Amino acid sequence: MSAGTLAKPAMRGLLGKRLRFHLAVAFTLSLAAAAGFKFSVTEPRKQAYAEFYKNYDAMKEFEAMREAGVFQSVRPKGQ
Amino acid sequence: MSPFSALRVAGLLARRGVAVNISVRAAHGHEISKQEDMSLPMYWDRKDTPLPDIPFQKALTADQQSLKQKELGSWKNLSEEEKIALYRLAFNQTFAEMKKPTQEWKTVVGGVLIFIGLTGLVVWWQRVFVLPPQPHTLKEDWLAAQAKRMIDMRINPVEGFSSSWDYEKNQWKK
Repeated sequence: MSAGTLAKPAMRGLLGKRLRFHLAVAFTLSLAAAAGFKFSVTEPRKQAYAEFYKNYDAMKEFEAMREAGVFQSVRPKGQ
Repeated sequence: MSPFSALRVAGLLARRGVAVNISVRAAHGHEISKQEDMSLPMYWDRKDTPLPDIPFQKALTADQQSLKQKELGSWKNLSEEEKIALYRLAFNQTFAEMKKPTQEWKTVVGGVLIFIGLTGLVVWWQRVFVLPPQPHTLKEDWLAAQAKRMIDMRINPVEGFSSSWDYEKNQWKK
């Protein structure tokens, strides 16, 4: 046998230890993913919609679309 | 069973550390091939089963048997070589030998890439000789007219398609 003796390895609580560690990791990563998504996707999207509708004139857009001829119910002015 | 497939099976089993009792039928075969009896406990070198069901060497020579007798006494009387010999009687590979990395992954990756390449050649041939001509709706002028209509209809004006179009200057946004 070898000259020195090895330390006795941990015999109990292995699953509990693993779960405690990985639970913390999972929580942290999930929160980070949610926060990342919120600040990289949802906030910019809300801003984009706010910007778009701030000075949106529905009638002007309608007339432009009508002139382009995309509607079936109203033809461009002049036809 | 042809000699080649028997050799390959014996090779696979030997790599798994099974005490191989298969003798390969020779090409000019007058030898009897004996199968491993799968209904009896078998020896396996496995990391998750560190103590296999049976020792590696079951049939011992006279020397080995006397060594086993000596093992029954106090282990302090065993020399280092004897202890290692006893270990090798019970086990085929050590954990270190079991865990040693093979270079098998290179073969696997190489084989996969070769077959993907061959598949690419087959697909190319199919493109030339099998597939029908593309629909007219994929021609460039049709796609341009389609894009113009999408812009006119203000498809996805907030974040999507039409948001990239500058309606003042009548061009794509820079």
